[in-house]
Order: sequence, then C-alpha cells, then structure tokens
Amino acid sequence: MSQTSSIPTAFHGSPGPLSLSVALDGAGWHPGAWRTPGARAGELFTPAYWADLVTLAERGLLDFVTIEDALGVQSGDHLATAGRETDQVRGRLDAALVAAFVAPLTRHIGLVPTVTTTHTEPFHVAKAIATLDHNSKGRAGWRVQVSARSDEAAHFGRRELPQLRREDLGTPTADRAVAELFGEAADAVEAVRRLWDSWEDDAEIRDESTNRFVDRAKLHYVDFIGARFTVRGPSITPRSPQGQPIVAVLAHGRVPFALAASSADVVFVTPHHADEARAILARISAAEAEVSRTGAPLRITADLLVVLDDTQAGADARLRDLNRLARAEPRSDALLVATTPAGLADLIEAWRHAGLLHGFRLRPAVLPDDLHAVVEGLVPELQRRGLFRTGYGKQHLRERLGLPRPASRYAELVSPEREHA
Amino acid sequence: MSGQAKQIILGAYFPGVNHDTVWSDPASGSHIDFDSFVHWARTAERGTLDLLFLAEGLRLRDRGGEIFDQDVVGRPDTFTVLASLAAATSRIGLAGTINTTFNEPYELARQFATLDHLSGGRAAWNVVTSSDADTGENFRRGGYLDHSQRYERAGETLAAVRALWDSWDADAVLADKTSGRFLREAGAGDFAFEGSQFDIAGRFTTPRSPQGHPVILQAGESPAGRDFAAASADAIFSRYRTFYQARDFYQDVKARVVKAGRDPGEVKILPSASVVLGDTPAEARERHAHIQDRQFDPYTVIVLAEMVWNRDLSGVDPEGPVPDVAPTPEAPKWIRGRAPLTQDAHTTVRQWRELAELDNLNLRQVVTKVFDRAVFVGTPAQVAGEIDHFVQQDACDGFILGSHVSPSGLDEVVDRVVPLLRDRGSFRREYTGTTLREHLGLRPATP
Repeated sequence: MSQTSSIPTAFHGSPGPLSLSVALDGAGWHPGAWRTPGARAGELFTPAYWADLVTLAERGLLDFVTIEDALGVQSGDHLATAGRETDQVRGRLDAALVAAFVAPLTRHIGLVPTVTTTHTEPFHVAKAIATLDHNSKGRAGWRVQVSARSDEAAHFGRRELPQLRREDLGTPTADRAVAELFGEAADAVEAVRRLWDSWEDDAEIRDESTNRFVDRAKLHYVDFIGARFTVRGPSITPRSPQGQPIVAVLAHGRVPFALAASSADVVFVTPHHADEARAILARISAAEAEVSRTGAPLRITADLLVVLDDTQAGADARLRDLNRLARAEPRSDALLVATTPAGLADLIEAWRHAGLLHGFRLRPAVLPDDLHAVVEGLVPELQRRGLFRTGYGKQHLRERLGLPRPASRYAELVSPEREHA
Repeated sequence: MSGQAKQIILGAYFPGVNHDTVWSDPASGSHIDFDSFVHWARTAERGTLDLLFLAEGLRLRDRGGEIFDQDVVGRPDTFTVLASLAAATSRIGLAGTINTTFNEPYELARQFATLDHLSGGRAAWNVVTSSDADTGENFRRGGYLDHSQRYERAGETLAAVRALWDSWDADAVLADKTSGRFLREAGAGDFAFEGSQFDIAGRFTTPRSPQGHPVILQAGESPAGRDFAAASADAIFSRYRTFYQARDFYQDVKARVVKAGRDPGEVKILPSASVVLGDTPAEARERHAHIQDRQFDPYTVIVLAEMVWNRDLSGVDPEGPVPDVAPTPEAPKWIRGRAPLTQDAHTTVRQWRELAELDNLNLRQVVTKVFDRAVFVGTPAQVAGEIDHFVQQDACDGFILGSHVSPSGLDEVVDRVVPLLRDRGSFRREYTGTTLREHLGLRPATP
C-alpha cells in the first residue's frame, strides 16, 4: 500500500531555516555533570526540574526538546547491561509522561520523547503520542529507539535477546540481531503511522439528524500484519492536530540509516567534522533512494555535545573540571565541543554550508548550565548573524520543520480523472 | 451520634463513550481536546474532590462488524491525559483504568511511579483485566488470556508492580556532590518476580515515588473479584444504586477485608453515580425524563438488549414486550469491545422478563431501568442529603460522581451540592493533605 503522498523526494539541496533543538537527559550529557555546583542533582525526578528545563528551552525559541529514555537503568553504553556503580546518575522517569506533563506548561516548543519499540505495544505508543499531540496542540514527536540489551529483555520476560557486545558488531550473528531489532522498529513505526491515520480528520460529525456521532466510513481498520505482531485497529484516539506527529531516529550506520529513510521525518547523526557531515549526507541520500522514499526528504540534524563558556579558556576549564568530577573522559558518539557561544555559532555556520544540514540537536553537557548558555548565548549570537529566527511562527512542529500536514492515507482521494469522468 | 460525621470521599468520572453521555446536548463539548479535561479537572479541584477518574476501552465498539456510530466514539490515552492534568491541577488525585492483560508490569510500574512523581503523590490505578480476544487483536499478545486466568493475571501483575515500586528505598538517591556518591546502595532497583504469568528480573528505572505505592482501585462483583479486591485494593468501585443493595455489598466486602487480615477502614467503597439536579423535585424529575429520552433512543435500546441476547434484534420493537426469542451466548460475539454485561445471559433474560411483568414495562422501559446511571435525582438539598445518608449509614464511603454531559456536567454538582455537604460537616472545605493517600485517609505505603 502506498503510505505517503507523492511529493517527489527533493535533493538535499536546500536545508531551509536552521533548526535548533536540545536533548535532555538527567543532569546533562557529561557523566560528571551532576556534581557541578549548578546541577540540581537531588531534583532529577521532580516535576519542577523538567518544567524549568523545557520552559527555559522555549525561551530560546528552540524547535523541540527530546527526552531520553530506556527500559533499563543507565549504563553509559546502549549495548551494555547496567553496572553496579553508585557514583553516576541512575534512574529516570518515563519520558513520554514527562513530555505530557510539560505540554500544558509550554506553548510553542516541540516535545519529542524517546519511546522504545522493542518491548512495547505499538497500539499504546500510537495513542500516547497522538494524545501528546492533542494536549500540546500539535507539538508532539516520537524519537524511536530499539532496546538491544539482554537485561532489558529480562525485565519483560517475553523473549531472550542475545547480549550484543561492541566487539561482536559486524559478525553475522550480531548483524542478524541488529537487523531483527531494526526490522521490528520499522514494523512498529508503520503500525503506529497507520493507526495515526486510522481516523480521518473529519470522522467526528455529531449529526443529530441521523443520530450519528461519527461517520464510520471514515474510521479504518489498519490490519498491520508483520512477522512479529499484528494490529487490527482502528486507534481509539482520533487523528491529532499534526495528523502525523514527527518521527525521529538517531542513526550511526547502514541499518539505522535505512530505518530513518523508510520511517522517519528527522534523523539525528553524529559527524565529527564537516567532511564527515558531507559523507553522512551522501549515505542518507543513498538510503532514501534505496527504500524509494516518497514525501519530504529527511531532516538531517547533527548532534553535538556542548560545553559552553564565555571564554575558550573558561570552556576548557569547565571540561577539565567535568572530567575530574567524573573521574573519566566521557564516551560520546556525538562530537564534544568545548567552546564559546560564538565559537559554536561559527561551527554551526560552517557545517551548514559544508554539509547542508537541516539543523543541530545540542546535548548540554550540564543541565541547566549549558542549556542556559544555549538560550542566552548561542541563540542571540545566531540571531545577530541572521541565522536563527526571532520568534516562534507556526504552531505545529511539522510546519516549523517545513513538513506539510499529510492527509490520512485512508482518505479517499477524488482524482481529477474521476471527477471529469 | 456525637462528634464528627464520617467524611465523604468524592471522585469524578469523565463522561465516557457510552449511551449515557448525551453528545447532542447543546452543552456537550469535545471528549478529546485537552481543554475539556482541564475544565473538568479544575471544576473538581475547586470542589475539593478527592480524585479524578478515567475509564478505558482498548478497541472501538462494533456491532455485527460495524463500528458503533451512535455513541461518543474515541478517547485519548489515559496516562498521557493524567500526566498533562498533573500540570494543570495541584491537589486532586489522578486515577486511571489500565488493563493488566495488555500491559507488562515493568511498564505499568514505571508509568504509575512517574505519574506519582509528576503529580507529587496523586496517582491511582484502577486495575482491570480483560479476557477479551477481540481487544487482543490490537496487541502483540493477542487475546490469549483464558477467563479463568483473569484474577491470576491481575494478582500477579499487581504483586510484580508492587515489587518494582519497592525496589528503590525512599532514601536511595543520595546525590551527594562532595563525596561523588549518587546512589546510597549499588542495588537500588534490583527486583525479581516469578509466577505463572511472569518470570522477570533485573533493575527498575524509577526511584520510589511520593506515595511509595500509588492508590489501587478495583471493581470486583463476583465472589472471586470481591475477595481479590478485599485482599489487595485500597478502594473498590461498585455499581449498586439502591441503598439496600449498596449496604449489602458494603457489609459483604468489609467482612471479606477483615477475613483477609486487614482493617475494614483500609478499603474504601465507592459506587459511581450520575446526578441530575433541579430547583424543585418536579423539575429534576422532568429533566431526568428528558435526559433518559435522549440516552435511550430506540436504536440504543435495541443495542443494549443485544448485549444480553448476543444476536441481531433489529426487527424488535423497543416499545413492545421484552423479546421472546432465546439469547445465544454461545454464538460469535455480536457486539464487541464492550465489557460483557452478564456471564449468564439466560438468567439475565429471565430477570428482565420478570421485571417487565412485575411493573408492566415494555422493552425500552426495562432497558432504561437496568442501565440508567442516575442515582441521585432531585434538588441540591435532596441530593446532598441522600449522599450523606448513604455514607453515614455505611452503604458506602463515598461516590464517583458524573453526569450525562461533558465537560461541564460536573459544574452544578460542585457549585450546588458540594457546599451543602460541607455545611453538613461531612465533606472537606479545603484540602488538608497533599497526596491522594492522605485525602482518602489511607496509611502511607510501606515496603
């Protein structure tokens, strides 16, 4: 079945206005963050902490926040089982519910929680994100994530996953396991997207004359049948303001690039220099061609882990302090940048020209400090350079990212031929 | 009786996807827009009610394969609405009905613990279990659960969820920046649970929430359900509408609570009740009759009868006698997505026929009598008096109140009935506690 409207895939030649977002996680992305003076280490599980972070991000006119999550305790490595450390942040709240909580407290900023596809029910995910979209009036997204950890599988006890080890990646056994997880994720996104379309926009009619609340011709069974699950539908939740909330994927390699190309609107990537950004862009274009992607091209967004200070010496000193507090250098898939707001603006400007990236997702090393520096330092600097907007325009997150609102795939199209026949 | 009156517990249910919600009423608003939920929640909080309550239905209803179109159709996700309401309210309890058949303990535990954190200790879970194979069509696990395993599944889910909630000590998070110690103990979150339904182990993600254990609600009517609720719930819903039925249920359940080794005060009994008000008794009755006409239109009467007969009754005259055809409970389900009305259709049909004969009622009148949710019809003073009477005379500990229209149906109850209950000294004028456990007079949860 054709799933999207038939806008031809544009070459990634016009990245459009700069998109800026932040990734929120615990006390920040550096393992030493929680020990810094500004960290609110004792409040990480309180509503006020999350409300303050997201309202701060909204003051910076950021497109959206993502909220990390996983179905297991942090291990500092998405492949590794949680260890027995007591010196790092452990524990988290459910990201989708944190996003739901901050929705009424904000008006513009997009809310993109991480929700795992591996052990969860696509039906629940579909209605949760659709409801987040209703409650936020069109600002919801879903960051899709697989769970590769065998300890997380044991939390559900429904199947055993082989423990993937980093050194095994690339072997046939590991490749099969990865393909299985990402295949399931693609199925989950497809099932969810169908459920989001299963009510046409105008299904609720409240027609007293015929005693009908809905027009049942506009409600659709989705009948997703995959190797791993089936979903009948329709959703219990009517179509949401955006129709299709944003779907985002973090991708580092061939298999996740393919998932992003087939299933996502936004892809987060982790180039470490401009040439690499260009190479990643080429790989993504190839992945899009390979899956014959239709509709708008992926919004390619580079992740950066940022340590910001007014001076370069100050930023270097902050990073040294963080490493000392963590008793280790951070492991990071994304480039770690310790710089000034102006230095970060230079990098963003250079990469935009070189790689034609749509935007950047910043991972603040320390929360709220580096988020504050983004909002009070980086954003005004980018505005001075004419690179970033000075106010929120469009209400819906999709619109802000330059994505049209799609009609339900089940809506009957009246083709011109038929009209003239 | 000297001293203080027994304090009434009051909740509010959101008018749902049922025939009792009159969507054609001019005051009827959206059932999906968050603004509707905010209006409802703030009204309830203005009335210092104990809790808000959301029902659940995980598939759209259909009849003979065609999706219901006569009632309100569609609802938002329960957890998402409650988490958003946590930000829009500050004191009222937030209760969600969540199915144990189509959710896993690890997810349930973290979602309710998160809701409890976000709301500062106001979360409650109405534990239900479905053996409905049709709803299973929307889920990975399908409709595998045998009817006889329902309480086994529910009991194990609840035990597993409680084990997860207890896996973090209240003081597990030290967050001592100077010493560099974030966790007090390395084992924070460790859990293991083994039973016939689950064999799970590992570490739980979410630190202990303000209430420790969110409040557990249940609705059990069969003896097994009553025992389960008496042993494991903090509050029980019932649907007994007459005083004596309610009091029988109350006495029966409280006896079971004692038999389960608990203090009878530890389990609150809360029937649901719709309220219809008028300035005079006659006006209230007239309004009630008008609402009933809208709720029990000819088509709805037939659909509700079909829920018992499990067959197509579209040729039956709602103004005629109770149909003399036999029910066919063994046939494929004619109406799907609704909880079964009866486990024994033949007995229910016999009771309906007796009811019709006794009072000389036609089918519509029987259906109206059986399904009408309006318990209190009268002036505000009458309704306040009746509510208080039920509670003071131990027919229940309070009510979950609602009306036929959303989201504003609760307004007049809060504005006109609640003040009278306060004047009688049996309902709070302001919140004294911060958690739902405190509102309900329940002890803190201990591991």
